[in-house]
Amino acid sequence: MSGPETWRRWALALPAVVVIMLFSILPLGVVLVYSLLTPGDFGNVKWIFSTDGWFSVLFERNIFDDTIGLSGANLGILFRSIVLSIVTTLITLIFGLPTAWFIATRPPAQRNFWLFLITIPFWTNLLVRTIAVQEMIRSEGVFNRILLAVGIIKEPIQMMFSDFAVLLGMTYVFLPLMVLPVYAAIEKFDFRLAEASYDLYASRFFCLRRVILPLIRPGVIAGSILVFVPSLGAYVTPRVMGGGKSMMLGNLIDLQFGQGRNWPLGAALSITLTALVLIALIWYTRITSGRKEQSHD
Amino acid sequence: MTKRSFDVTKLPGTAVMAVACFVILYVPMAILVGYSFNSGNVIGNWEGVSLRWYGAALHNQAFLDAAINSLILATTASVISTVFATMAALATTRTDRFRGEGTIHIILNQPLMVPEIVLAIALLIIIGQIKQATGYTGLGFLIAAHTTFCIPFAYLPIRARLEGMDLSLETAAADLYASRFYTFRRVTLPLLAPGILSGFMLAFVVSLDDLVMSDFLKSPGQDTLPTYLMSELKRNLTSEIYAISSLLLLLSVLIVAGSWVATRKKD
Repeated sequence: MSGPETWRRWALALPAVVVIMLFSILPLGVVLVYSLLTPGDFGNVKWIFSTDGWFSVLFERNIFDDTIGLSGANLGILFRSIVLSIVTTLITLIFGLPTAWFIATRPPAQRNFWLFLITIPFWTNLLVRTIAVQEMIRSEGVFNRILLAVGIIKEPIQMMFSDFAVLLGMTYVFLPLMVLPVYAAIEKFDFRLAEASYDLYASRFFCLRRVILPLIRPGVIAGSILVFVPSLGAYVTPRVMGGGKSMMLGNLIDLQFGQGRNWPLGAALSITLTALVLIALIWYTRITSGRKEQSHD
Repeated sequence: MTKRSFDVTKLPGTAVMAVACFVILYVPMAILVGYSFNSGNVIGNWEGVSLRWYGAALHNQAFLDAAINSLILATTASVISTVFATMAALATTRTDRFRGEGTIHIILNQPLMVPEIVLAIALLIIIGQIKQATGYTGLGFLIAAHTTFCIPFAYLPIRARLEGMDLSLETAAADLYASRFYTFRRVTLPLLAPGILSGFMLAFVVSLDDLVMSDFLKSPGQDTLPTYLMSELKRNLTSEIYAISSLLLLLSVLIVAGSWVATRKKD
C-alpha cells in the first residue's frame, strides 16, 4: 500500500493506540521497573536497585540463621492458583460440553432461547453472581438451612473461606464462558459424519472419541482458555469466597500493595501472573495455528 | 410398541447434564432475588413478601450516588471507547496489509491479555503519583482506566462486522461520484451500525461490571455500584444488598434482551 494511505490509517487508529499505550502498556513497564527496586518504609519504593522482590517470589531468608529456603506461603498460593484454575476448567468442561451439545441439537427455533439463558448470567455482574453462590454455602445460607431443617447436621458446616468455596464460586461464574465457544463448534459439526461412523458399526463412545471430539476440539480449547485465563487472574471471587484463608495470586498481589507494604514483591508477582497468562495464550495460538497448518497438508 | 429410530444427535446423559447446568446457573440467582423480597430483618428468615428493602435502597443516598457514578462512568467510557474502536477498526480492515497493522492489532488487544488486577495495580502506581502531584481526584482517572479496558471489547465486534461487509457497495458509491465522507455516512456507517451497537453494549456492560479497577483507582467517597456492594458486603450482609444485586441482575436481563432485539431487527 502507498505511503500516504498507510499514514491515514495510522492516524485513524491513533487515538485508541495512544490510550492503550498510556494507560496499559506504559503502566506495565512501570510495574516491571518497580519489581527491581527496594521497598519503601510505608509502602511505595525507594529508587535503589534490588532483586529482592523477584527473590522473594519463590524464596525467603530465615531471619534467625540467614539460610535461604523456599517461600512456603507464596509457593502455596502460586500452586493453589494453578491447580484451582485447572480444576475449574475441567469442571466447567464436564458441565459445559453436554450443555453445548444439548443446545446445538435442539430445533433451530429453540436454540436461541437456550442460548439466551446462557447469555444472561454471562452478562450479569460478576460480584452479584458471586454473592448468589455465597448465599448457597455460607454458615446461615441455603445448604446449611436445608441440612439443619432435615436434621442431617446439628451444627452448620463451615464451607466458606476454603479452596472448595473458591472452586465453587469460580466454576459458577465462569461456566457460561465454556458453553458459548463449545456450542459454536458443535453447531458447525456435520452430523452426517457421526451417522457414517455409526453405519460403520462404531459404538457411541468410539464415535464420540474418534469423530466428534476431534472435530469440536477447537471449540473445547477456546472454551478452556476462556475459563483458565480469568480463573488464574481471578481476584473478586476468591476475595469473597476464600477471604484471607484461601488466597489466589491476585489477592496476594493486592496484599503486597496494601498491608504487606512490599511493592517490589507485589510487582514481581504481577509480572509472574501476567507471564503465566501469556504462556497459556501463546500455547493456545500455537496449537490452533498448528491445526491449520496440518489441515493444509 | 415400535422401536424408535436411532438418532445421531443424541448422546446419553447430555440432557441430564444440561438440565443440571441450567439449574446450577439459575437456582442461586433465583434464591438471591427471592430473598430480596423478604420482609424480615434476617436474610434467611422468611417472614413474607415485601418491597421493604427496595424502598430502603432507593432512599439510601450512598447507593444512589454510586449508581449515578456507575452510569456516568459506563456511559462516558463506552462512548469514548466505541468511537476510538470504530476508527481503529476502520483503519485495520478492508484493505491490503500495511506497515504496522499487526502491531496496531496487538496493541488494541493487549488489555485483554493482562489480568485485571495487574492492570489495576499498574495504574494505581502511576495515578497515585498524579493525584499527589496535581491534587485532582475526579472521575477522570476512572474514565481513562475504563476507556482503556473497554476498547478491545468494543473493537472486536465492530471489526468482525467490518470484515464480513461487502466492499463492493462502497466501490459502487464511489463510482457514482459520492465523496469519501458521503460514502462513509450513507453506506459504510448504516451497514456497520449493528456492529457498533454490540460493541457499545459490550463496553457498557464490561464497564458496569468492573470492580477491580474502580476499587483500586477511586478516590475516597467515589464509589461505583460494584465497589459500594463490595464494601457493604464486608461490613454487614443485609437483604438490601440482595435488593441492589437483584436490580443489577434486572438491568443485565434488560440489556441482553435489548441487544437481542436490536441485532435481530438490523440483521
